[in-house]
Amino acid sequence: MDADRALVSREDWERAGERLNRGERSLVSLWGEPGIARMASMDPRTGQCEVLAIVCEAGRFPSIGRLHAPAIRLERAMRDLAGLVAEGSPDTRAWLHHEAPYPFLPVEGESLHQIAVGPVHAGIIEPGHFRFTANGEAVVRLEARLGYVHKGIDALMAGASIERASTIAARVSGDSTVAYSWAFARAVETALGVEVPARALWLRALAAELERLANHLSDIGAICNDAAFALMHAHCGMLRERVLRAALGGFGHRLMMGCVIPGGMQDDLGAEAEPLLRALLALVRKHFPDLVEIYENTASLKDRTVGTGVLSPELASRFAAGGYIGRASGREFDARRLPGYGPYDSLKLEIPVVHAGDVNARIWIRIREVEQSLGLIAEILDRLPAGPVRAALPAPGQPCEGIALIEGFRGDIFAWVRVGSQGDVERAHLRDPSWFQWPLLEAAIEGNIVADFPLCNKSFNCSYAGHDL
Amino acid sequence: MRRLLLKSFVQGPLTEPAPARDDAALAELATRAARKRLGRTLAIREVDAGSCNGCELEIHALGNVFYDLERFGLRFVASPRHADVLLVTGPVTTNMREALERTYQATPDPKWVIAAGDCACGGGVFAGSPACAGGVAAALPVDLHIAGCPPSPTALLRGLLALLDHVSAEVAGAGDETRKG
Repeated sequence: MDADRALVSREDWERAGERLNRGERSLVSLWGEPGIARMASMDPRTGQCEVLAIVCEAGRFPSIGRLHAPAIRLERAMRDLAGLVAEGSPDTRAWLHHEAPYPFLPVEGESLHQIAVGPVHAGIIEPGHFRFTANGEAVVRLEARLGYVHKGIDALMAGASIERASTIAARVSGDSTVAYSWAFARAVETALGVEVPARALWLRALAAELERLANHLSDIGAICNDAAFALMHAHCGMLRERVLRAALGGFGHRLMMGCVIPGGMQDDLGAEAEPLLRALLALVRKHFPDLVEIYENTASLKDRTVGTGVLSPELASRFAAGGYIGRASGREFDARRLPGYGPYDSLKLEIPVVHAGDVNARIWIRIREVEQSLGLIAEILDRLPAGPVRAALPAPGQPCEGIALIEGFRGDIFAWVRVGSQGDVERAHLRDPSWFQWPLLEAAIEGNIVADFPLCNKSFNCSYAGHDL
Repeated sequence: MRRLLLKSFVQGPLTEPAPARDDAALAELATRAARKRLGRTLAIREVDAGSCNGCELEIHALGNVFYDLERFGLRFVASPRHADVLLVTGPVTTNMREALERTYQATPDPKWVIAAGDCACGGGVFAGSPACAGGVAAALPVDLHIAGCPPSPTALLRGLLALLDHVSAEVAGAGDETRKG
């Protein structure tokens, strides 16, 4: 992926913020280290990424969030993690650090009541706090407070060997371990100028599509389960388990954790893998259409999903919402296509897009993507090139930087890394798609009844771990 | 839908036989002080104390048709006030520590704590981070460790079944005359 990196003046930095505000570019990420703030943005037509850097005198830089709201939480995190202050930011509350008492936004009006939920939830899910303000049953405002699973990943990455940093990257968000490992590996490979063997690239795509398949299957079941339709959950859970067992047979780990490493793959595909994966494809292709039919023809279920939790195309586009959330609200973006990366440039890939933006639309995008992934896996198995699966990483000689954008099941994962002259990671930054999706959940729930929140939340399925770092 | 239900009825169950109890887990549990009996059923409250969510995926899988956790009398409950066991994942982040401790305090006695996954056992890859306590034992008394990154559903099940055996064995050991399930 091409990228321009430049140290810019305050004026150019602010002009870049204005271009975001006008929608001429999409915000990819905003991050910092003591003394320097960085911003990655993308041309939505070409997928071309640009990284700007600004020297922060006295630890301050002009706020982008003041011009472009999606940047606000990233700036709050920069203050917590790198001590950088965004001048003029509309929200100066801490975000990932929880030492101080947290002032929630004030809500005023007649007949309002608040419901505080979390961080420990009723189900087996990640921790976060949701503060609902409701008028009767209708949600007037939702404010999320995140950061509970903040593990200090940026600090652990700084100074780590590439091998250790890759192990940590694989555990930023466990459900996207393949995509994260790929994003980190590709950023390192770009920095070091390493050409990954073709077979390794194809195996990465195979693992990534299995990951997408497993997650979409469990999401489809879990969303229906939140509408008390347990049958779908049971059947999708069965299919997901089959996918994980095939992954274990092919890659030696159910979630394929640690399989993608900088330079290629940890190991080649297991000898038994191909028949196992082909049997999996046959099984899912046989069962899945029945489930889709049930979903489509169960009126009591559709009654819950159609028209619930609508996210407008305008907001999805403004926040550059990735993954099924963006594509269910008319944003035709998929990093596999744009900026695109191998081997997807030579694979058949259709990107489903709908405009309704409701829970039903987010389910349908997943259904279509399950079908796409099945096709991709079959094509990869047919055309898998022979050869080695690992390239050696050269010594860098001098510090170098690399970026990558990889499409995980939930959306585009951005990685930036600076490798020092000794070959260790000096700094790394990983941006989960959830950064731009969590705020949209707050918008989508507005006006819905409190009881539909689990349905909306599950249809978004944002990552807490990926966001909290 | 009828067709699907009928097919499920005809094809026979996918549920697999119970795995063997984990010997290491039984040995670890034997070192813990005996507590009052609970019978052969345990209510589990899962707490994510900083996991990457990989452990949660495998804990979720325990409920699928292959592992069918509830056939053993094990079930996940929504509140710590209904729980006998806290199943804790993650390296215990600074930001989750208080919530974890309060969840423990809200769980009635007798109670057991399981640290599930390498992070919960000793911090895992996040050990040494100033933002983490470095494992559940740093915050709560842990009765049982289940290693793995993440532990497979089978590994989780073997540990849970060992705990179930231990809980009913305690009944016999304590000479409790009430019925053993």
